[in-house]
Amino acid sequence: MAISSTADTRPATKAARPTRRKPLRSRAMGVVQAYGVLLGLLALLVVMFSPFAIIAINAVKTPTDLAANGPLSLPQNPTMDNIVSFWNAVDFGGALRNSLVISLCVAVFATALSLLNAFALGIGHVRGAIWMLVFFMLANILPNEAIVYPLYYMAKFAGLYNTQLAVIIVFTVIQSAFGTYFIASVMRAFPREILDAARVDGCGKIQLLVRVVVPIMGPSLAVLMVFAFIWTWNEFYLPLVFLVDNSQYTVPLAVAATQGEHMMNESQVAASALLGVLPCVLFFLVFQRTLTRGITAGSYR
Amino acid sequence: MKRRSSLDGGYAIFMLPGLIAFAIVIVGPFLATVAISFTKWNGVQAPKWVGLDNYAGLLGDPYFVASFQNTIVLLLAMVVIPTILGLLLAGLLYSYVGRKFGPRTASFFRAGFYLPQVMPVAVAGVVWGWILTPDGALNSILQSVGLGVLAQNWLGNPDIAIFSVMGMMVWFQIGFPLVIFFTALQRMDQTIIEAASLDGASSWQTFIHVTIHQIRPEIFVVVLMTTIATFKVFAQVFVLTRGGPGTATYVPSYYTYLNFFQKDQVGLGSAVATIVTVVVLVVAAVFINFQARRDLAKES
Repeated sequence: MAISSTADTRPATKAARPTRRKPLRSRAMGVVQAYGVLLGLLALLVVMFSPFAIIAINAVKTPTDLAANGPLSLPQNPTMDNIVSFWNAVDFGGALRNSLVISLCVAVFATALSLLNAFALGIGHVRGAIWMLVFFMLANILPNEAIVYPLYYMAKFAGLYNTQLAVIIVFTVIQSAFGTYFIASVMRAFPREILDAARVDGCGKIQLLVRVVVPIMGPSLAVLMVFAFIWTWNEFYLPLVFLVDNSQYTVPLAVAATQGEHMMNESQVAASALLGVLPCVLFFLVFQRTLTRGITAGSYR
Repeated sequence: MKRRSSLDGGYAIFMLPGLIAFAIVIVGPFLATVAISFTKWNGVQAPKWVGLDNYAGLLGDPYFVASFQNTIVLLLAMVVIPTILGLLLAGLLYSYVGRKFGPRTASFFRAGFYLPQVMPVAVAGVVWGWILTPDGALNSILQSVGLGVLAQNWLGNPDIAIFSVMGMMVWFQIGFPLVIFFTALQRMDQTIIEAASLDGASSWQTFIHVTIHQIRPEIFVVVLMTTIATFKVFAQVFVLTRGGPGTATYVPSYYTYLNFFQKDQVGLGSAVATIVTVVVLVVAAVFINFQARRDLAKES
């Protein structure tokens, strides 16, 4: 179904209908209408972006400026004070580091685990593969609250409470539920001839996995890694439960969970929101191709 | 050539790490939650078996009832409106903007509308919380265009708070259906559209009668995935309103969070979690059933 890791970027115009000659007047109308639609869409896009713009201009505005001129005016003398004071109050550098470590570990481990599962299901066709896939899909949609309390209890018992390791373990498994499903689906289209050739060559299973399957599945594995990274970065509920010290906070926790705790003024809250948004804008720009390629896959989440 | 190869069978061992991990992190904890839901437990002392008492109590629990009522209302902002807007936007971008201004322009807009989707919901909540405060940007905008009478305490007024949360959700969600539908349109058989337009159908008629019919599978996927997501809503509410004012914006996962970690009513929280899980699994079963039937239809 809608899972695909290869981009379909063929231009929409390729399928354009055969053009019929229209009277000049109606063609002119057509152009006016086209630009009207374009302007309307641009206006909508401006509305979509306005929350970010408002946050950005107020993040660099002094509190007195905000009080005097309101949230819509441009900053009179732009300042980094809000950003710096929020950064220091929550150790935002530490939060970035925590988020990076957790998300990277989960991306790598979850992809590896998904690959192993999918190898057995998609290439090995172990007995009951269909039911296993259904199981992984159900595991993927299970609400957090259905597992959170026992996990919290276990983490305390194992001495992993308030550690990044606990979050990494839990998300590795959660993300690999989706990953197994995704990779196994892509493997359905794995070229049969290559498997037959490996068979003739007397290749072992581990060799087959490492030398043949991994290189061929490379692009899909990359898509999965990017998604696992971003999804883990964005998570809130489980990190909120497992990470209680400021020093362990991830970016969303540093931005959202500290509201109210720190007696921050309005300008600092705007600065915190801006700092929370910026890394994601960066990911978006860096991974844009991968994201638009793989989003169809994400529809299973 | 039927030589026995080491590649025949024996793959189950590769699933061992995965199965152990799933048993410990997903299956075990889920079964434990179901078991705890039949007890009264504060998380410290020994749990006391109470049978179905927690479930019976929930029927008359105003927080629980409000959570589910609110979730039904939120379906509008998480599922219905984004799906309809996503369909219209995808159709407009692919079939109109893409043709008149080239696919790059269409991709630009698609990416722009998708941007909120890549950020943490919690951070998006802080952004909106800032804008929705009584002296915040939204009220300033209303005043500056002479609509000051409409200014509100957007998150503090119990009659309005849920609609404010919903506004943020629509903004956040819209990119997801848009991108799915856009991709669906790309794979769609264009000759059908051409045939319809040669038959004299207007582009609106073609869209309603042909395009929507063609991408029905994707619409189904989007509706089900966003429906499941609606039952998981947590960060938006945690950041914007903490369920308030009163029970105006309570949702099930926030209510479980409170029971688990603030009210020490682990049994009650587990009962709520179990109910939400059952609801989500039923929704998923409908989905899998639908997909299986479609695959069968395709094969035959």
